[in-house]
Amino acid sequence: MTYLAKPRLHHPTLAKNKVGYTRRDYEGKISTLCAGCGHDSISAAIVQACWELDIEPHRVAKLSGIGCSSKTPDYFLGNSHGFNSVHGRMPSVLTGANLANRDLIYMGVSGDGDSASIGLGQFAHCMRRGVNMVYIVENNGVYGLTKGQFSATADKGSKSKRGVVNTEEPIDMIGLALLLGATFVARSFSGDKKQLVPLIEAAIEHQGAAFIDVISPCVAFNNHPGSTRSYDYVREHNEAVNRLDVITGREEITADYAPGEVTEVTQHDGSVLRLRKLAADYDATDRIKVMHYLQERAAAGEVVTGLLYLDPNAADLHSYLNTVDAPLNQLTERELCPRAVTLDRINAALR
Amino acid sequence: MKQLQAINDFVVKFSNVNGSGSASANELFARAILRMGVPVSPRNIFPSNIQGLPTWYEVRINESGYQGRRGGVDLMVAMNPQTWDADLKEIESGGYLFYDSSKPLPKSKFRDDVNVVGMPLTEICNATYSDPRQRQLFKNIIYVGALSALLEIDAGEIERLFSEQYKGKEALLQSNIKALRLGRDYALQHFNCPVGLRVKRSNNVGNKVFIDGNSATALGAVYGGATVCAWYPITPSSSLAEAFIRYCQKLRVDPASGKNRYAIIQAEDELASIGIAIGANWNGARAFTATSGPGVSLMTEFIGLAYFAEIPVVIVDVQRGGPSTGMPTRTQQSDLLSCAYASHGDTKHVLLFPEDPAECFEFAAQAFELADRLQTPVFVMSDLDIGMNSRLCNPLQWDDTRAYDRGKVMTYAELEAGKDFGRYLDVDGDGIAYRTYPGTHPTHGAYFTRGTTKDRYARYSESGPDYVDNAQRLLRKFETAKSLVPKPLLYPADKPARFGAIFYGSTSPAMQEALDVLAGRGIHINALRVRGFPFQDEIADFVASHPWVFVVEQNRDAQLKTLLVNETKINASRLLSVLHYDGTPITARFIVDQIAQHAGARTVVPLKKVG
Repeated sequence: MTYLAKPRLHHPTLAKNKVGYTRRDYEGKISTLCAGCGHDSISAAIVQACWELDIEPHRVAKLSGIGCSSKTPDYFLGNSHGFNSVHGRMPSVLTGANLANRDLIYMGVSGDGDSASIGLGQFAHCMRRGVNMVYIVENNGVYGLTKGQFSATADKGSKSKRGVVNTEEPIDMIGLALLLGATFVARSFSGDKKQLVPLIEAAIEHQGAAFIDVISPCVAFNNHPGSTRSYDYVREHNEAVNRLDVITGREEITADYAPGEVTEVTQHDGSVLRLRKLAADYDATDRIKVMHYLQERAAAGEVVTGLLYLDPNAADLHSYLNTVDAPLNQLTERELCPRAVTLDRINAALR
Repeated sequence: MKQLQAINDFVVKFSNVNGSGSASANELFARAILRMGVPVSPRNIFPSNIQGLPTWYEVRINESGYQGRRGGVDLMVAMNPQTWDADLKEIESGGYLFYDSSKPLPKSKFRDDVNVVGMPLTEICNATYSDPRQRQLFKNIIYVGALSALLEIDAGEIERLFSEQYKGKEALLQSNIKALRLGRDYALQHFNCPVGLRVKRSNNVGNKVFIDGNSATALGAVYGGATVCAWYPITPSSSLAEAFIRYCQKLRVDPASGKNRYAIIQAEDELASIGIAIGANWNGARAFTATSGPGVSLMTEFIGLAYFAEIPVVIVDVQRGGPSTGMPTRTQQSDLLSCAYASHGDTKHVLLFPEDPAECFEFAAQAFELADRLQTPVFVMSDLDIGMNSRLCNPLQWDDTRAYDRGKVMTYAELEAGKDFGRYLDVDGDGIAYRTYPGTHPTHGAYFTRGTTKDRYARYSESGPDYVDNAQRLLRKFETAKSLVPKPLLYPADKPARFGAIFYGSTSPAMQEALDVLAGRGIHINALRVRGFPFQDEIADFVASHPWVFVVEQNRDAQLKTLLVNETKINASRLLSVLHYDGTPITARFIVDQIAQHAGARTVVPLKKVG
């Protein structure tokens, strides 16, 4: 994007959040993606969301697979540990990391090649398990790093930059996430930061498997006429079902809303999500109706965005496994190792 | 007719149909003999199937404590008509055949040189029980009762085993005792008891324990501090993960909260299993996966990542017959090369070779120490023969003063004090760099873990010198591993020996016996049991000090020999392979025959002096 190093010194008047960090403290290395890449806007949205939520940067672990999208964790939250794993396998690595320390926030960043093709199996199973995470797919319908092959989310009938028409059915990540039991499902557009930032914030607050499909145009290989993932196409067909405010419990509720157009959803942990409805009768907590609505709108050629589904009573993998409250990686031989006398008893039973 | 005569030294083989409930009756038989102070070593020979196919349980009773498979059968308990002909053939001349005589069989179905004991088991069961399931299950107990009379096994020991097993379940206890006595009394009334094979109370079991390798490995993982286990069902390793679940439920629940100090995931495949284990280790928990050869094949990309990004991970490979699906329920030592060099690119991995369940326990716990200290994958190379069979071995031991060594982990205090942190920076020459756990410090110690080349401070780099610097450090680290993996054990011959022999893993009991037999024939051999890779210098020195060294393995391609020749300065022409790879456990008889042949060919007869 740019090869000018960012200055390390911050302007003294730069605003600080409640934990004492400026927005700049949430940035990472300089992006090496193409100028105008949607992925960089998503990185910026993640920076904004973490800053606004007063999250200490080192309490986030960033995990990714392989591809353009998976490079981005290097470009945000520079004081967080990151793990660029193997292609399509981020979900398992994230699951393991989450099991080791339930106290951190886990952010998985992946792409449509990484999650819908090579990693479809792992995507499916980490949703099924209810891993407490934010799983973002930066979805551009194309393999960017290998120069423009169709990905599995490319729409049937859409045209590649070289003029090839895609004949295969697209994989619907949102539909899959809903079917497989994700408890927070959203779609957004990298060009709509106002929508994306609160969705990321809500996903972080959500204590369960949160999935955000972010349409993120590839300026180099998928931003031409005939593509259904170009900036122009997405802007023309974007239909938001709602707008979201995230109330963390620490803030006063100040915004004014016209009566009837706002629904408040209180989640299991007490946090409140305030949804401003844009589509009449859209109920984001009714999974069956949501699936029906999305199929209907997709058939009409719309790209539905917003918080599409939320289970306010979501549970996560740790609760299913009944693990102790303390992170497993902090337990020592004192808690983990039975004594020799126990082994003597086991030996005795083996005679 | 000749009748084999033996006290405390014979082989009984049970031929059954799987799914018939014979396994627990057969184990009861083996345990009763153990309780009489006589060592036994049973082996399950089973199909990849749940019901209806042949299965065998072969018990070697041996007062001297030899636990390798002997080969040959002295008493066949033939309960499966499907395999009758093959079973009959296996009996030693003068041996015994015990069978269900409810349906008459033509004379042609028997052998002239085998003593036949026919008992109408089905008839007795049908007369005694009306429930079909009871008829089947108690038939097994009835034959154990009959065998106790035929072989002079103390029925009191069997009844004591029942009362331990069915504590508080009076009805079950009584019905089992009834079936046992039914069989025993019938045999005493109708046959000349005992036959030539007898069990005599002895004192050779001592404080040894009887446990399968998979359970022992799982227990080693509990003691070794594993908190995360991810696995995918595959024979012969599934029972390892299941044992880990069982032991954790007993030993790892926080008494105050009732919550678990462990997390076990049955993953969707082996790729996810190792991914979960690597993610957990990266984040500072001890984690492992258990699998077999096909699983290792699937895991190799991740194993390369763990090697290159330097993440500890423990992989237990319970080996079976390969390649491909191979022989899923048979044993081999054929994953050495695929594990030692798993992944594309230049990689080498630490391997441990346990000989029995006691070492499975010890090496499993040690594997977590090694993985943390070396920040790399560590393989525990078990196999089906050790893993899925109960074996008499030394009691499992633990020293309460032992603290976990988490290796080089930089703490908050060290980072806060300004200690220089370079994730791939070797500060003291052992090739191992400091790591940090995620979330340790707000502003120091974070880094980006990746499988791509990086410099000493974990910054992405495509420069040649950075790559070579890192690759050389990884070699130094592997050199450090030599001093940490278990040393080889020397078994010197009683008399000066021209020959050496190298062996490892589950070959151990057959080898110990073969060495004794060979010594009895005047062929003296110094033996060395290799217990880990990378190889220590002692191994090369051992080879150098013998003109010929046999390398005994259970695979076709001499994988340990290949590894030895590749990784040390051993002269390959001194090494003679003894290879057994038909899927059955190697026997002392096989080793003795092979070595005696080689040794004969290589014993130089001096020419007559002329004049």
